[in-house]
Amino acid sequence: MVTSTPPTNRIGLTMADYKGAPSTLCDGCGHDAITAQIIKAFYELGKEPHMVAKLSGIGCSSKTPAYFLNRSHGFNSVHGRMPSVATGVSVANHTLSLIGVSGDGDTASIGLGQFCHLVRRNVPMIYIVENNGVYGLTKGQFSATADLGSKLKSGVMNELPPIDLCGLAIELGCSFVGRSFAGDPKQLVALLKAAGSHKGTAVIDVISPCVTFNNHEGSTKAYKYAKEMETPLHELGYIPFFEQISVDYEPGTMQEVEMHDGSKIRLKKTERNYDPTNQTQAIMTIKEAHDKKEFLTGLLYVNESVEDFTTIMNVGDAPLATLPQEVIRPAKSVLDEIMAGLK
Amino acid sequence: MKTLAADSKKNLEQGRVVNDFSIQVATVNGSGSQSSNSVLMRSIFQMGIPVSGKNLFPSNIAGLPTWFTIRVNKNGYVARKSDIEILVAMNPQTAIDDVKSLSTGAVCISPVELKLDAIRKDVLHYQVPFTELAAKASENLKLRKLLMNMLYVGVVAELLNIDHGQIENSISKQFEGKTKAIDLNLNAVKIGREWARENLKKEDPYFVEPMDKTQGKIIIDGNAACALGSLFAGVTVVTWYPITPSSSLCEQLIDYLKDYRIDKETGKASFAVIQAEDELAAIGMALGAGWAGARSMTSTSGPGISLMAEFTGYGYFTEIPTVIFDVQRVGPSTGMPTRTSQADLISAYTLSHGDTKHIVLLPGSIVECYEMAGEAFELAEQFQTPVFVLTDLDLGMNNWMSDPFEYPTKPISRGKVMTAADIEKAGKFERYRDVDGDGIPYRTLPGTDHPQAAYFTRGSGHNEKAGYTEKPEDYVNLMDRLEKKFQTARKFVPAPVVSVEKGAKIGIIAFGSSDFAVVESRDQLKAANIPTSYLRVRALPFNDDLRKFVETHDHVYVVEQNRDAQMRDLIRLELPDLAMKIRSVKHYDGLPIDARFVTDAIMEQER
Repeated sequence: MVTSTPPTNRIGLTMADYKGAPSTLCDGCGHDAITAQIIKAFYELGKEPHMVAKLSGIGCSSKTPAYFLNRSHGFNSVHGRMPSVATGVSVANHTLSLIGVSGDGDTASIGLGQFCHLVRRNVPMIYIVENNGVYGLTKGQFSATADLGSKLKSGVMNELPPIDLCGLAIELGCSFVGRSFAGDPKQLVALLKAAGSHKGTAVIDVISPCVTFNNHEGSTKAYKYAKEMETPLHELGYIPFFEQISVDYEPGTMQEVEMHDGSKIRLKKTERNYDPTNQTQAIMTIKEAHDKKEFLTGLLYVNESVEDFTTIMNVGDAPLATLPQEVIRPAKSVLDEIMAGLK
Repeated sequence: MKTLAADSKKNLEQGRVVNDFSIQVATVNGSGSQSSNSVLMRSIFQMGIPVSGKNLFPSNIAGLPTWFTIRVNKNGYVARKSDIEILVAMNPQTAIDDVKSLSTGAVCISPVELKLDAIRKDVLHYQVPFTELAAKASENLKLRKLLMNMLYVGVVAELLNIDHGQIENSISKQFEGKTKAIDLNLNAVKIGREWARENLKKEDPYFVEPMDKTQGKIIIDGNAACALGSLFAGVTVVTWYPITPSSSLCEQLIDYLKDYRIDKETGKASFAVIQAEDELAAIGMALGAGWAGARSMTSTSGPGISLMAEFTGYGYFTEIPTVIFDVQRVGPSTGMPTRTSQADLISAYTLSHGDTKHIVLLPGSIVECYEMAGEAFELAEQFQTPVFVLTDLDLGMNNWMSDPFEYPTKPISRGKVMTAADIEKAGKFERYRDVDGDGIPYRTLPGTDHPQAAYFTRGSGHNEKAGYTEKPEDYVNLMDRLEKKFQTARKFVPAPVVSVEKGAKIGIIAFGSSDFAVVESRDQLKAANIPTSYLRVRALPFNDDLRKFVETHDHVYVVEQNRDAQMRDLIRLELPDLAMKIRSVKHYDGLPIDARFVTDAIMEQER
């Protein structure tokens, strides 16, 4: 009998070690395509699964953490409140890598407040919005990211302007903001890996078509529309800290961003000459894209110099969660001193 | 009222009333009177006389009326007393109503220009030229206003014969190290005192005399006590959203944490405090931290409790430890934010939709605020569930005389947490299986390096392996185990304190801050030949002592501070066969319950 050994990553695990339970989403769901790239990214990064915590809110997207990283602890929380849970997990154990998956309803509607405050705190985590512009589990109502004039299958037109989560995140000082498309696995996996090297909140808004409720003609979140309209801002490459490769390129054609852990993002420039370290340009570009009805993808903004929440909290190297009694319970002399002061 | 008027007259005839009276100071919110009232209270306390203080304040920053009552009582009664013997009427807005509320024979100290003597001839007036004296105390107009408060301290001190050395000590303590402030305030007290000595003829019977009843005791508010309990319980993650009357719990905790939980060498904190964007986030963070293994807590009051409902149910259903302090105020809705209440009992106990029940601890003293705060962290981790500590504004924000706190004797226990080695030894790990038969499963923390350690926490239906399920039998299995766990908790939560009086046919049941009034009321009832037994509930769920207590008395009165007799109803549900024996005494006007109210209510029903 011939047995072939599956390939392993830098910590000796196979791709299967990063998989989860079989998906129960609709066949062809954009979310499953994202799940596949999450598995790939974590495998290729060689992240230790037990040091990852995966979190979500409520909705189709929020089911997906069950479909990847079976060997990581998962927390499927309540609707729109994953950011607060993630914040608590992060401060309790900052040695964990956090990945949160949310949807457009979960983030842009019920959870908009918590999303804003997570970003404002710069809680270190990857925050993925699987954005399809509709509520799937409740059968196809518009969400707050649906474009003005976008049509439901029934012909109902969306009469309200969309909330652009990337634009909002950048306004709030988010230190890593990307937009991608479930149908662009190459770019998505590079963005995911780069987000994994970022020390702070990394928001990735991924257009992820809902094949059941929002994939028809007239929908701006349909596969066809996204495929035709996607305009990458650059060609994205990611070089992890553990395999530095030098590439020759013509001066002015490539921008390199060094990440906190020594990894590098290499952005091959397009005609647009986009610089993702320029916050003002990022905001303007998003605004213009709206006006021109463009679907821009790529790394919209990155700033590696913003302090993350762990740093602000000034905690030590050991996680708060497992500090021993001698560290967390002050000595009797402390109580005696306090009591004496109250007499 | 009639009795008191008669009593007062009798006192005047018989002479001195020593260490048994209440002083009420009426001032304007934000005028700086809090310091002077603290000084007055502490000076009497330091003379060894039992004392209690209550701050009745508006929901306002500055300008609205506020009252501070100091009860001096040689017997150690510290409950609110509705009758006032000495009024210091400093607030022109309320002075007329204040003086009108006095009983005949009471004392009124007031600014001379208010001419309060014209309003009540049957009250003993001491009229003081406060404005004139303030001019002597400082040239600075702004300071004069503040020092006005220390002037009345001086006048009261002289009239009551409060030891000046103790006033000096209290002022030093109040203004810790600020020499200039100490000197200014002390000088103002002296001016008031000297003026009173030279100009007032003591005609009232009230005096303080040194005792030895406060030796070793401390003065502290309940919120600080809860903060200290949390500090010594080893809390590591604190999340909160500001709300009256609970804010000072976290604020004082932050101070303690900064003082005692930052490593002197590395400068690193062994804690994280997060001021959340709202209470939804505060409880979400607390649960996230508890799930990851931290000792987490949040602190709030009624409106915050309402907002925390969904997440608290999540914590119950997915079995995540955290501690929720609810410093109760008057509801529903915004209610009266600066008034006290015990009306969150049922909502806390069953917070969230679906079948939920939570462990609720009910501290009835300042020492218990400290001890039960610590106990709550232990129970939360032992039972892997959110645990409530219900105090109230009266306990939480007022200063109380208390026994000092004792250092915890039990080591911190983190409950049933499996390490990688434990999993290896057991051969498997199933998050929601009742391995030990007590309803409490085992958990692992994220970061546990074992291929079988991970599990998926979900608020949806889950089986013993934490897998998603909608199977009827899985759901019933889970709900029944949660119930079993709750039944186990009966044996571990703080047991009631029972005091059986020989020959007593009736019993009193109370909880929390109602205890202060009940203790005093029992003495009043006993003096009226109605001996009573007493059971003080200290936690939900109840234990078997409750049934025994009700069975062995003809009937019992449940004394509480809410309109709907929430504790009475919970007891009736617990003991349906004894429901007819259970009567109610309810106090719900926002002021702390007083002994006379309890006594009158019981006597009326006993007639």
